[in-house]
Amino acid sequence: MIVAIASGKGGTGKTSLAVSLALTAPADVRLLDCDVEEPNAHLLLDARLDSSRPVMVPVPLVDAETCTGCGECSAACAFNALACMGGPPLLFPDLCHGCGACVLACPAGALDETGREVGLIEWGEVAGQPGLELVRGSLRLGEARAVPVIEAVRAHGTPASLDLLDCPPGTACPFVAAVRGVDAVILVTEPTPFGLSDLEQAVETVRLLGTPCGVVVNRAGSGDDRVATYCRREDLPILLEIPDSRRIAEAYAHGRPAVLADPGLAAALEGLHRTLAAGSLRPLPARLMPPTTTTHTDLPGAWP
Amino acid sequence: MSTPEITGFQITGPQITGKVVITASDGRLDAPVDARFGRAPWLLLVDLESGLLQQAVDTRDQATAPQGAGIRAAETVARLGATALVTGHCGPKAFRALEAARIAVITGATGTVAETVAAVRDGRLRPADQADVPGHWT
Repeated sequence: MIVAIASGKGGTGKTSLAVSLALTAPADVRLLDCDVEEPNAHLLLDARLDSSRPVMVPVPLVDAETCTGCGECSAACAFNALACMGGPPLLFPDLCHGCGACVLACPAGALDETGREVGLIEWGEVAGQPGLELVRGSLRLGEARAVPVIEAVRAHGTPASLDLLDCPPGTACPFVAAVRGVDAVILVTEPTPFGLSDLEQAVETVRLLGTPCGVVVNRAGSGDDRVATYCRREDLPILLEIPDSRRIAEAYAHGRPAVLADPGLAAALEGLHRTLAAGSLRPLPARLMPPTTTTHTDLPGAWP
Repeated sequence: MSTPEITGFQITGPQITGKVVITASDGRLDAPVDARFGRAPWLLLVDLESGLLQQAVDTRDQATAPQGAGIRAAETVARLGATALVTGHCGPKAFRALEAARIAVITGATGTVAETVAAVRDGRLRPADQADVPGHWT
């Protein structure tokens, strides 16, 4: 089973929840850190990431002798990554998505594909936690596109009984790459106006993907009840509320997972594992039209 | 005719002759120069000696591309057979492409297209030796 732990807003507690779920899993589990622009699950786990391999993306390689300068490759490029200025094409690698259209389009057979390193995957066992493996993806500094590294992390190795994906924040391409095709998505939020606004965006994205979905409210009790009202209205199950706890925050600051700081949380997480294993989460019903305005302003007590 | 203002760019390169492409906000010689290269809606091919408009290319489709608009615009400049591009600002990718085709890049143009043609013809605007703005400048 593959479960994505995601959120619209950053800093809601995706990694805290993912690590705590990994530590309370009933069977063998992998934690895949798909937040490749800033992977951080390793900070909360004593993982020995002793294996690694580079993530490569294809880029075109031109044979200047064979190239006739016809410009077909550039015309075929949907990403404007090639400039045909009369001679062999110039490549702008940071714009290239590696789709291979230029190679197919070249009538002279002057283009071939080569690889370009854009990131790294590292993996290893977590000390003292038999059956828990951490897989970490890292985007190379300066690279613009996280998606190829996220896809490589997800394609890595053999799935365990449970694969937990610690996802990147936002609702753009990296979020979709991490969430698409999983068995269930847990959206982590906090009961604040920001938390609600970004939750709505994540919910609408997950709705379009058709993935079974539920919500975990972190720092429950710290804000207001608008997230709860929204979830009720959208028929979104709130799977768990993690209390706003100084003990959990202090543990986090020392690199200790929430579940170790608050033993009461372990029982709740075991319950969440049972809910996931039972497959009781459902996809959100499709909407014919997306909402035209942010809906949280309709709720009582909303800020103007 | 008023003198175009030349803003903050060192004039070092040789004087340009022949046909140049000028970025414009419309397809006419009295249109204002568009300061952006890749995102300019029109590219005008003008003969410097006669001051006549040779060709006006509507580039609005490419100018709104999510990425690489300057690269596409550079290809258009090469296809038009210009000796130089005259614009307000030029980013690094477009500059690299134009340099590869030995097309001079003149930045710092303001005013109308016709005023800019006069400034280039008189040598008041001359080629730059590098991009003057980073990528995604707006």
